Amino acid sequence: MSTEIKELKFTTFKTNIKYSVINKRVHNIDGLAKVTGRATYTFDVKLPNMLYGKILRSPHPHARIVNIDASKALAMPGVIAVATGKDTPGVKQGIWRRYPELCDEQILPLEKVRYIGEPVAAVAAVTEEIAEKALELIDVEYEVLPPVFQPLDAIRKDAPIIHEGVERNINVTRHIEWGDVDDAFAEAEKDGYIREDWFRTSSQHHMCMETRAAVSSFTPDGKLTVYCSTQSPYYMQALLAGVLDMREGDIRVIAHYVGGGFGGKFELDAAIFCSAVLSKKTFRPVKIVFTREEDFIASKRRTPMHYYIRTAMKKDGTFLAREVRVFTNGGAYTGMGATALYLTGFFCSFPYKWRGYRYDGYRVYTNTLPSTAMRGFGAPQAMFCSEQQIEWMCADLGLDPYEVRRKNAHTECYEVPGQAYIQSCGMTQCIDKIEAWAKSKGNLGPNRAIGVSAAGFMSGGIFNWFDTPYSFSSAVVVINYDGKVDLYVGCQEIGQGSNTTMAIICAETLGVKIEDINVYSGDTAHSPADLGAWGSRQTLMAGNAVKMAAEDAKRQLLEFAYAEMGLNIVYDLDIKDRWVHVIARPERGMKYEDLVKRAIRGKDGQRIIGRGYYTPHRKGMISPAYSYMMQAVDAEIDPETGKITLHEVMTAHDCGQPINPLGLIGQLEGAASMALGFGYLEDQPMDEGKILNPNLVDYKVIRATEMPKTDMIEIDTYEAEGPYGAKEAGEGLTNPTAAALGNAIFHALGLQMKELPITSEKIVNALKEKKEKQGK
Amino acid sequence: MEKRLITLNVNGIDYELYINPKTLLVEAIRDHIGLTGTKRGCDTVSCGACTVMIDDMSVKSCSILAVQAEGKKITTVEGLEKNGELSPIQKAFLDNGSYQCGFCTPGMLMSASAFLKENEGKDVTEEEIREGIEGNICRCTGYNSIVRAIESVVKGNYKEG
Repeated sequence: MSTEIKELKFTTFKTNIKYSVINKRVHNIDGLAKVTGRATYTFDVKLPNMLYGKILRSPHPHARIVNIDASKALAMPGVIAVATGKDTPGVKQGIWRRYPELCDEQILPLEKVRYIGEPVAAVAAVTEEIAEKALELIDVEYEVLPPVFQPLDAIRKDAPIIHEGVERNINVTRHIEWGDVDDAFAEAEKDGYIREDWFRTSSQHHMCMETRAAVSSFTPDGKLTVYCSTQSPYYMQALLAGVLDMREGDIRVIAHYVGGGFGGKFELDAAIFCSAVLSKKTFRPVKIVFTREEDFIASKRRTPMHYYIRTAMKKDGTFLAREVRVFTNGGAYTGMGATALYLTGFFCSFPYKWRGYRYDGYRVYTNTLPSTAMRGFGAPQAMFCSEQQIEWMCADLGLDPYEVRRKNAHTECYEVPGQAYIQSCGMTQCIDKIEAWAKSKGNLGPNRAIGVSAAGFMSGGIFNWFDTPYSFSSAVVVINYDGKVDLYVGCQEIGQGSNTTMAIICAETLGVKIEDINVYSGDTAHSPADLGAWGSRQTLMAGNAVKMAAEDAKRQLLEFAYAEMGLNIVYDLDIKDRWVHVIARPERGMKYEDLVKRAIRGKDGQRIIGRGYYTPHRKGMISPAYSYMMQAVDAEIDPETGKITLHEVMTAHDCGQPINPLGLIGQLEGAASMALGFGYLEDQPMDEGKILNPNLVDYKVIRATEMPKTDMIEIDTYEAEGPYGAKEAGEGLTNPTAAALGNAIFHALGLQMKELPITSEKIVNALKEKKEKQGK
Repeated sequence: MEKRLITLNVNGIDYELYINPKTLLVEAIRDHIGLTGTKRGCDTVSCGACTVMIDDMSVKSCSILAVQAEGKKITTVEGLEKNGELSPIQKAFLDNGSYQCGFCTPGMLMSASAFLKENEGKDVTEEEIREGIEGNICRCTGYNSIVRAIESVVKGNYKEG
């Protein structure tokens, strides 16, 4: 019995509207502040009477806290306060708020430490140096417990228990299934091809240029203001309220400029929490900035995974079924790791149609730095395994890998059974373009090849494990007497350009210029609640909210225009480039500025206020829309040293309607550098739970000299669910790269690399092994 | 250690500072003078976020003491503008979108400025431009837009204001 693939009965379309602001090359609206050094980050914030905080961290991967004696530290001149778990309400917190059992982390734990680097106490002093010295005077008595570091060890019956009551240290499990998997495998066994592989993906550190930082200021009226480097001011506000036993509304979170996020800055971190606790004790502002080493050892990481994939296809390359089992190294706490476990399972099916698909994922606690979200959110791991295996299966069967991918690719208006509704989809066109590009390159010579990988990604998650009672995104548009527009949004600018994207959407909708828009974001005091910058959600979700708010304001303006102009009611009005006009007769109209003045007078002096929001409904389990791409990596490998030279990365990309082209190129290039690092450079090796390279000398990231040429082919699609047809464009681009690099190495040297990162050393060893095998 | 009175010339202005001789230049600039454009991203002289120009050479200001910079001409990102006009490299960064989160941008601009000064009137290759900013980590952009910006200044697309 086979599952029928259900095509949905609607079609996507491409409009031929000429935009005035959308897809034009503009400067980012915060560019001037950034190129002049005027942009002020949390790192730069200094408040009157401010104290400096430092955090004492556990040297043990697993230990019971018997006693903490801070009396000597408190006696040190210049030390104002010390905080331990006993100074907090002791709330176990987590970002999966709907599930109390997954709220498992006490920042400043009361009973146990579970990884090296976990905070145990925090000091506030008049200088950073004194705070640092005071840490040495705090006596912590530990009872050391047996640790466990690897997920496959931690699930054994006799493994140490990391969280009481969690059997075999299994933190979360996930099952995804559709179609008749066993039936499809049986068919392949008879007359098809089945291949199974084990892979291991590594850790990666977000390595934001601005380390975790916070300045908290508690006032005696019980109100708290926190400046912090975060991807979601609203989450920080809500999570802080939970752990401090406060009203959300009494906490103001400000994040004007954020020095990078990449998925690492939307959980409550120790800089934010400890500074708030210390400020509450002292009624003085307290600033905590992580050192680079602290950031490496104690600010979470990309989820390492053990991956098993078994794939069945017909001999002609038609995909039948796939079975996937994943064990992730969850580290000590849940955090966002639970979402990564879900998404890696879903995206391992991407971007193909399967008759049957089955995924079982296990997130396992270990005594290591907790793993969490990082750009791609589980999908880069999935693609590394899936896209290499597909390439190898094609080689095993002598099939054309482009043809096989095209044959099985998602198409528009397709339902992933029970999971997702795909509306726009440019996957096939992406494959066509990359195939043509790769073939145009001809023979590249020895030890050099092009590897490709397909991928896709979500445009915002529709799950609500955070249990927010508010819309996922909201926006308020205020039109002032001079025609200038104030746009209030809760979506967070972290460098990806969301303020500019929102200004573009607002200006296009209202029919004004981008210079007319002032964006107010990054402050819960005026920004409406919004889940923030993660899961590639802002362009679509906040973008829709902004469009709706601008349309609301515009409608109010046009009501006055109708009355002013005495029009036949069958005529339609619009505003474009600040000209309010009859659509059918564009010369007939009035200036936008004049209309605004009259409308505000007509409203008894009220400014024009438009409101908008977005919460996804009936869009499946994952996301309202999906981006698609295929990427090619041209790499050359020195077989003697294993050194990889990257020549070029070419990407064909379907993000729907591009909104900000300069920003889009920036996202593509930035994703490529980060994902290439994931592919061959970045890792966090550990010894007994201790990270061995917690600095930028030993942790290698791509530098300017290693970065290859990059280019992009945009595939024209229109996404009905996105604002002006737009989809995500920044995170998904991280997904295909490591796999494409792996495939380049496969074609250049005939190696099948199953462990990330693909270092020179691993290549040399694999070549040696291959030679030995051939010798036999 | 006994504190010392020193004078630092930053962006053409003399600042008198009474500081511990162990104070790093980056600390003097940020914490004592109060110019926060210059950033700090590591403790190992690896990231380049603190890059300034000393007598037209790029220097990581976490790698030298403030006292060593006495009597020299220090330029930080705040000193790139002349009479309210952006410098060519700042304009090129804007036009090419050569920044995202912006945290590495001040240091990157200073390395780029020093490179441009050193190679004024010379033909430079893309490889040389990349080497010129190799000491600066940017986690957001992937560098290529920064290379394009420097290239466009080398080509003379921007005139000094």
